[in-house]
Amino acid sequence: MLEIQDLHVSYGAIKAVQGINLKVPDGKIVALIGTNGAGKSTTLRTICGLLRPEAGRILLDGDDITRLPPQDIVKRGISMVPEGRHVFPDLTVYENLMLGAYIRTNQKEVQEELEGVYGLFPRLQERRQQLAGTLSGGEQQMLALGRALMADPKMLLMDEPSLGLAPVLVQEIFALIERIHRQGKTLLLIEQNARAALTVADYAYVLETGRIAMEGTGTELLANDEVRRIYLGEVAD
Amino acid sequence: MSRHLKRDLVILVCVALVVAWANGDLKDLLGIPGWQSYAVRIINMCAINAVLALSLNLVNGFTGQFSLGHAGFMALGAYTTALLTMDMAAKDRVFFMTPLVEPLRNLTLPFLPALVLAGIVAGLFSLLVGVPALRLRGDYLGIATLGFAEIIRLIIQNVRKVTNGALGLKGIPPVVNLWWTLGSAFVCYLMLRNFLASSYGRAFKSIRENETAAQAMGIDLFKHKLLSFFISSFWAGVGGGLLASLLTTIDPVQFKFPLTFQVLLTVVLGGMGSLSGSIIAAGIVTYLMEFLRVVEETHYWGSITIPGIPGLRMVIFSLALVVVVVWYPKGLMGDRELTVAGIKGVLGRVRQRLRIKGGRPA
Repeated sequence: MLEIQDLHVSYGAIKAVQGINLKVPDGKIVALIGTNGAGKSTTLRTICGLLRPEAGRILLDGDDITRLPPQDIVKRGISMVPEGRHVFPDLTVYENLMLGAYIRTNQKEVQEELEGVYGLFPRLQERRQQLAGTLSGGEQQMLALGRALMADPKMLLMDEPSLGLAPVLVQEIFALIERIHRQGKTLLLIEQNARAALTVADYAYVLETGRIAMEGTGTELLANDEVRRIYLGEVAD
Repeated sequence: MSRHLKRDLVILVCVALVVAWANGDLKDLLGIPGWQSYAVRIINMCAINAVLALSLNLVNGFTGQFSLGHAGFMALGAYTTALLTMDMAAKDRVFFMTPLVEPLRNLTLPFLPALVLAGIVAGLFSLLVGVPALRLRGDYLGIATLGFAEIIRLIIQNVRKVTNGALGLKGIPPVVNLWWTLGSAFVCYLMLRNFLASSYGRAFKSIRENETAAQAMGIDLFKHKLLSFFISSFWAGVGGGLLASLLTTIDPVQFKFPLTFQVLLTVVLGGMGSLSGSIIAAGIVTYLMEFLRVVEETHYWGSITIPGIPGLRMVIFSLALVVVVVWYPKGLMGDRELTVAGIKGVLGRVRQRLRIKGGRPA
């Protein structure tokens, strides 16, 4: 289980995250929703070790991982799918995937993982020798997902997987997220697309200007009037 | 024409060109000691420049770290090779102002260990430079490495007990021949090619592409940048050592920034991220450097005298660099490699185009 206790993160004078507490239990999908600038990505980047928090603790299965460098956090089984996809554009699909398995040493297992990822994303297998930068937006998102899976993580952190994708592709991505979850991965999902995120999430937190404004199960929040009005854009009756 | 025949013909033509160029110098080609001819000297320079361009390309082209410190590491390699290969008599002749410190005065090694040590000394210094400098990014890293290279040069100029200061070193044994230079270039190329094909090489390229994403893959940025910098500097040191033995005389002024600039120009011209591009560009730049000597000489056309302008070659090269950067920013090869399949593809396309043109009425 991943547990965040009273996390504070700043960019210089700007306080992006101001005292967040949240839990991601094993085998669950937890969603973090909120508007632009609410501090979602900051939280995720801090968990990965890409940002240093000012205060607070991040615990993985009881171990303090707060100030570990990113490579040690990856080795502990937390893998990130960065925002805006962040594939390596001038490397081939195959090279991108192999970089995902960079921390793994057993080449036989890596080959099996590669087969598994190709099974999940047949498009990637078709295009394995193509440069990642020439893929479509949806394919790049799938590549980023597949690349994160190559590390065989216990937990996947996903930053806006539906960003900039056509509605039909958003559906496809969320179907894949559920499929990955059924394979036993724990997921922390950050989304602006609140409806899609709350539909798949077991539990969700609503972030507003660096603080947690609301929390509850996905169904609870979907039924909440305020959430419906602000995040789902529904006009109150 | 069968496929193999075509490939063999290409190789044959290349070999024939080299042999024709070095025409009449077979004695030198086989490394028989004696006077080295102009053509052989140019081929030697091509090979040394290839080593230098390949090694700079590893850091700048493949790892995406803008380093301008190559001349400093070359200087370290050149001085190490010189001091380790000169015999005691030669050293005493050169160090007449300030005697050389004792263990170095007596020490004379064969060329190969001296060359390897030159690489190691340059490599170790690169770690010293890299630990603070590689925390910087982009232009800042360029400025920092440029500064460190100048510091290395100034140290060499001032530690007279070891380097003979501004007087430089003379009488370095002229050991290198085509075997050494072409051999070094070949080993350097093979090593870098295999290294880049490994998971380390992929990690280097991923740092170039996107540092954040590379970190998210669990790649230790600093460690990999330092490793890339070390290997690059090792080969810069070897290149410097070869140069010292080829020229037989070195001094600190040789290793100023223009030397780095010349290597950088070669890398950009060949394509950042292409090993074969660096080798091809090293050949072109070295050859043009010699060919363009014409523009710096004084010409007499009848009664008209055109005075030669020293340094005009570098002006031409700078203009060439501007042209490349503006109209052909990826260089000759981009980040592709020259392969047999690639050549065939280009030949095929050219033939197809010719056929289309030929089919049309004029």
